Amino acid sequence: MRSDEPSLLLKLSAIGGLIFLHWPLAIIVVYAFTTEDKSYQFPPPGLTLHWFSVAWARPDIWAALTLSFNVALVATGLALVLGTLAAAALSRAQFWGRDNVSLLLILPIALPGIITGIALRSAFNLMDLPYSVFTIVLGHATFCIVVVYNNAVARFRRLSPSLVEASFDLGADAFQTFRYVVLPNIGTALLAGGMLAFALSFDEVIVTTFTAGQQTTLPIWMLNELVRPRERPVTNVVAVLVMAVTFFPILAAYWLTREGEHVAGGSR
Amino acid sequence: MSDLALRRRGPLSSLLDAVYRRPRLFLAVLLAAPLLWLGVVYLGSLFALLAQSFFSLDDFSGVIVREFTLSTWVQLMAPANLDVIIRTVLMSALVTVADAIMAFPIAYYAARYARGPMKAAFYLLVMMPLWSSYLVKVYAWKLILAREGIDTWVLDKIGLKPLLDWYLSLPVIGGPSLSASYTGTFIVFCYVWLPYMILPVQAALERVPGNLIEASADLGASQGATFRHVILPLAFPGVVAGSIFTFSLTLGDYIIPQIVGGSQYYLGQAVYAQQGTAGNIPLAAAFSVVPILIMGVYLTFARKLGAFDAL
Repeated sequence: MRSDEPSLLLKLSAIGGLIFLHWPLAIIVVYAFTTEDKSYQFPPPGLTLHWFSVAWARPDIWAALTLSFNVALVATGLALVLGTLAAAALSRAQFWGRDNVSLLLILPIALPGIITGIALRSAFNLMDLPYSVFTIVLGHATFCIVVVYNNAVARFRRLSPSLVEASFDLGADAFQTFRYVVLPNIGTALLAGGMLAFALSFDEVIVTTFTAGQQTTLPIWMLNELVRPRERPVTNVVAVLVMAVTFFPILAAYWLTREGEHVAGGSR
Repeated sequence: MSDLALRRRGPLSSLLDAVYRRPRLFLAVLLAAPLLWLGVVYLGSLFALLAQSFFSLDDFSGVIVREFTLSTWVQLMAPANLDVIIRTVLMSALVTVADAIMAFPIAYYAARYARGPMKAAFYLLVMMPLWSSYLVKVYAWKLILAREGIDTWVLDKIGLKPLLDWYLSLPVIGGPSLSASYTGTFIVFCYVWLPYMILPVQAALERVPGNLIEASADLGASQGATFRHVILPLAFPGVVAGSIFTFSLTLGDYIIPQIVGGSQYYLGQAVYAQQGTAGNIPLAAAFSVVPILIMGVYLTFARKLGAFDAL
């Protein structure tokens, strides 16, 4: 179709931009193997696997990792329920205040995290909720809803309403319709949204600093190490670990939404 | 058959059926839980926080006086605080412009020229940094920009170290090292938010119909003219959509300037310090209103420019 070729300048700036996006991540990986533990000397004077075993033996890292994992899991679950409900409601219906509701969903990530954090903190104070794992989960769920919503609403829009009507006409009840008609069609979108929400929660630090009590999630652990470094190479190892943990859900989410382009009865 | 199906229904499922048949009620049931949390708890606490900016802190006892006063707002207008606001807004604007310039070629190439596996690769290469850990990225830049870090090493190897030294000796943008200067903060902000700009711009460019470009060429426009008069205006809502993220995220961030940068405060840090160590919640609340107001104005303009359709 398009006969024009990209100019050299465009090619170079596009590739340059992509390199700019990726080389800092590569640097982190290199530093995880360095033998120098006092400064950020480059190039590393030597390479070692020593820091991986040091990190492996640190109970505080394991505790933070477990907490982050659990929080992300529960927050994703909550966000899945609330995000799907909102997407089902807003995908087709036109009603007064519809735009305001969608704005409300975006607000927790559109506003600076620090404001969401402080607002939630004062709300928990007001509700007499002690800061705990529970409050961390609530904070994360608040801004994860929009991620699930975004994925689900696009799929709901392509799902023909006549499918649901047909299911009811054929005698299925609401549960059966959801289980056998709606869910198979939106399943991959939900899974993708859930993966992204998980990655988002696993990595979140700003809101967490306000909604956590004494609990240390992995990002909070990292932030502490950044502000008051103790063993720098161990921090590098954890950084590589965090990259690995978020890498696979993102990759999976990508494949899921790609494969699920075609929805039964879709109008387009 | 249908008779059997009807008889099998429990009271709960007939209730759900009845609800589904009334669209308004069905909508209300669906929205009840999300709205209860976001509309009542989240929005409520947001307003409760902002309302506190009309309280004041008793300087002697350190207790918050819960009486209506504008004194906190007067305090916010102090030159030192205005400095913080101006510095942050300026930084956000610069970061947004720089990101738009850096994002455009990537988005343009991905939307117009990349096909098949290449396109998937482009998409993933943008998505990976977007979703990879924020702290890890900031940390990587600390390693890079540190005095004995990679930037110094590379520049030393290619003989440009004097250039860096000269740059660092400049007033305002210089500093003891890149990791303790405005330039360092600027670079890290640009880096961290760049993918947020690329994706909406790419989405907008994808929607530019190919036949418009062909029509422009058929009518005798050069590539440059087509770009300026057809592609750029159509992609602009995407740029505005991306700028919502880059601008807002810079406006409220308090971690990046804390880790990479000089000792000057940014809005986020001011809020953090006021609510934390200083314990001055009213001033923290007043500081919080600033980015909300700015983003409110920004979003209103963005909506007029059609950016919301490009999200």
